[in-house]
Amino acid sequence: MRKVKSLKDLDQWRDDILLKQKRYEMTVSVCGGTGCHAYGCKKVRDQFAKGIKNNLMDKKIRLRFTGCRGFCERGPIVTIQPHGIFYQKVQEKDVPIILSETIGKGKVLENLLYEDTSTKRKISSEREVSFYKLQNRLLLGNNGLLDPAKIEDYIGIGGYQALAKALFEMEPEQIIDEVKASGLRGRGGAGFPTGQKWNDCRHAQGSPKYIICNCDEGDPGAYMDRSLLEGNPHSILEGMIIGAYAIGGSHGYIYVRHEYPLACQNGEIAIIQARKAGLLGKNILGSGFDFDVEIAKGGGAFVCGESTALVASIEGRVGEPRSKQVHTVNRGLWGKPTNLNNVETWANVPLIIERGSQWFSSIGNEKSKGTKIFSLVGKVKNTGLVEVPMGITLKEIIYDIGGGPQDGRKIKAVQTGGPSGGCIPASLFDLPVDFDSLTQVGSMMGSGGMIVMDEGTCMVDVARYFVHFLEEESCGKCLPCREGLKRMGQILDRITEGEGDEESLALLEELSEVVADTSLCGLGKTAPNPVLSALRYFRPEFEAHIHQKRCPAGVCTSLIQYVISEACTGCGACAKICPTQAIVGEKKQVHRIVAERCSKCGSCKDVCKVEAVMVQ
Amino acid sequence: MERKTVQITIDGRLLEVEQGSTILEAGRQFGIHIPTMCYMEHLSPYGGCRICVVEISQNGGKPFIDTACTYEVREGLVIQTQTPRIIRARKMLAELLVASAPNVKIAQDIAARMGLLKVRFPMEDNRCVLCGLCIRMCYEQMDGRALGFVGRGTGRKISMPFQVRPDTCRLCRGCDYVCPGMVVPCQGVKEPGELCGRCIRLEEMPNCCTEGTFGCFCDPNPI
Repeated sequence: MRKVKSLKDLDQWRDDILLKQKRYEMTVSVCGGTGCHAYGCKKVRDQFAKGIKNNLMDKKIRLRFTGCRGFCERGPIVTIQPHGIFYQKVQEKDVPIILSETIGKGKVLENLLYEDTSTKRKISSEREVSFYKLQNRLLLGNNGLLDPAKIEDYIGIGGYQALAKALFEMEPEQIIDEVKASGLRGRGGAGFPTGQKWNDCRHAQGSPKYIICNCDEGDPGAYMDRSLLEGNPHSILEGMIIGAYAIGGSHGYIYVRHEYPLACQNGEIAIIQARKAGLLGKNILGSGFDFDVEIAKGGGAFVCGESTALVASIEGRVGEPRSKQVHTVNRGLWGKPTNLNNVETWANVPLIIERGSQWFSSIGNEKSKGTKIFSLVGKVKNTGLVEVPMGITLKEIIYDIGGGPQDGRKIKAVQTGGPSGGCIPASLFDLPVDFDSLTQVGSMMGSGGMIVMDEGTCMVDVARYFVHFLEEESCGKCLPCREGLKRMGQILDRITEGEGDEESLALLEELSEVVADTSLCGLGKTAPNPVLSALRYFRPEFEAHIHQKRCPAGVCTSLIQYVISEACTGCGACAKICPTQAIVGEKKQVHRIVAERCSKCGSCKDVCKVEAVMVQ
Repeated sequence: MERKTVQITIDGRLLEVEQGSTILEAGRQFGIHIPTMCYMEHLSPYGGCRICVVEISQNGGKPFIDTACTYEVREGLVIQTQTPRIIRARKMLAELLVASAPNVKIAQDIAARMGLLKVRFPMEDNRCVLCGLCIRMCYEQMDGRALGFVGRGTGRKISMPFQVRPDTCRLCRGCDYVCPGMVVPCQGVKEPGELCGRCIRLEEMPNCCTEGTFGCFCDPNPI
């Protein structure tokens, strides 16, 4: 590895890398994101490597194992440059064909192309795919262009240029002013202005000052922070170094949960490479500025995403929050001024410095600038990570990018912000997605989870799920969060079991408000949001559970019954799969479910080809 | 040495209080009652029970809720200890507390003081209210470091390391001394789920500490 000692060295290195890259005629990128790993992308990559080597093409073709490309629904994803061919759902067996046909003869393989969900047209280039069309992939876009384990790739696409600009052309105050002017707000969820935080930390008394990157993402169904750290760790490092220079920090931590092994590994590799290259450590780029970063692994507690609990965890104490009268910018890690930002916030910093605050603030709407990554999951056709400009409507995200509902059902609501957020009903889908609008309707931006729900989702069940999740993740320090959430869970359990009474909802509401008012940290303060928003928009569903003892969505097992209609052809598939042998009937005759034996698992409904099994 | 003071307003009264003190300390100094459970003088404030919540506003800003035991006074703070929002919150907290540990005297006392006579949650019978006083007593006053919290959320409890008494424990019984759960169980309760309301029904019921034997260090007015 080259040691970069000055700005000239960095430019020289970049020129050398670009020259070297030009020698390749083609680049094959295999997505190595977490989603694609689950689909077996490693085997696909190994097949490519073997095939390229066997065909003696390794001088001509470069194989790249990239970070997450976002379109996780269709993994493993393979792109071939410079043709711009986009293959989806590539399996091991497809690799030899791709090598011989596409790479050898330049032929596009129809069966691996993405088929548009509405027009049924085959699409060969990534840009044309409806999932990507409306996105503005400032941060995620680079994931497809580089191998996260190679610093050369990042330097090649212009990496660390913003750092050079910050170190040699700007004063720390200037950087803070630039970040302030850009309107960047903390992507962790609350949306605190980043420039303001930096300014407060810069002027806080005490030294050394610490810089922390919060990658303790733990919301169910959200994985954007880990994907950034896995796919482009150098951009986060670059942001942190710039931030440290502006604030006057000398030591940094990236707090990752150990359940994210790939994020830990890629972060670690990036730090070692940056250190060797002279981009971290003493006298960065010959500027005289010293800063180093290390990875701090967390045990995977949801509450450690809270700044004071995170700081306690790094210090080696139990991850519990403390009273926040004195903020972490004044008294944080080891009692010293500490600036903590989310992964995505840090990744935005190099962009702002390089392209200027004016460019950045031109994206987004009045009070929320830039783009935001959401993990779009649930009952939509195209799930994955989407990066959209702030101010885009929920409708556009769900219907245009997400492709609308799966299997023809109507979309009922979207849950944003994870367990701290709320459910937004379909009637409000014209809402622009930004920090303030979401808060206004009783949800929040959160770290960016977006779970789409259709008519088959019971809102009481959703509220119950989130409350139980938080009950388990609560640290237990304060009474309202520990006891209050437990009681809320019990009330919701009773409602879903059909034992709720007139008082249940009033008590649930009163309890929710008190838990939100009096809890110690953000976890408890926002914990009632899913319940309160569900009550606000879907009260009739709660009432149906209580008064009519009926679950309108057919989810709550205590309130439903499976029955077989006359449409049954007597194929016997249901009887075969039933784990409790509750289905009886002669062959080719209408079958029957014995209610006493039925465990309501729903397997019969899933296997029935004529849709004769119904929920009552 | 000259002591610095700041001016704050509690419940409409302009007070001059010592800088560095908490709202709770300042209030008590002037006889303003703020109920507490996990607080004890000479131990560090913990902010766990949240019973001492008050409404605070700064520079005419929107009032927010925080605990009086952890919040340090600053010049110009305006504090309300008895707003409807606070009373509702305290009542609910008392209800949660007493539902979880009905046989701990301090829980019954707080409930009675809040005027609660009904609990809407299923009763449990925990003997520990997780106030953490024993841990702080052991750590801060006795230098024992023998106790700590283990587990998370509803599984949280107090334990010695790996459930074994470490050598640092000198059996001083400081933990027993401060524990609100070590007070002899309230005698007023007859039916499960009933609240005794002892403090407001004094003549009907004998003092629950008359039979106090082991570990009973009941303060006649602990809150």
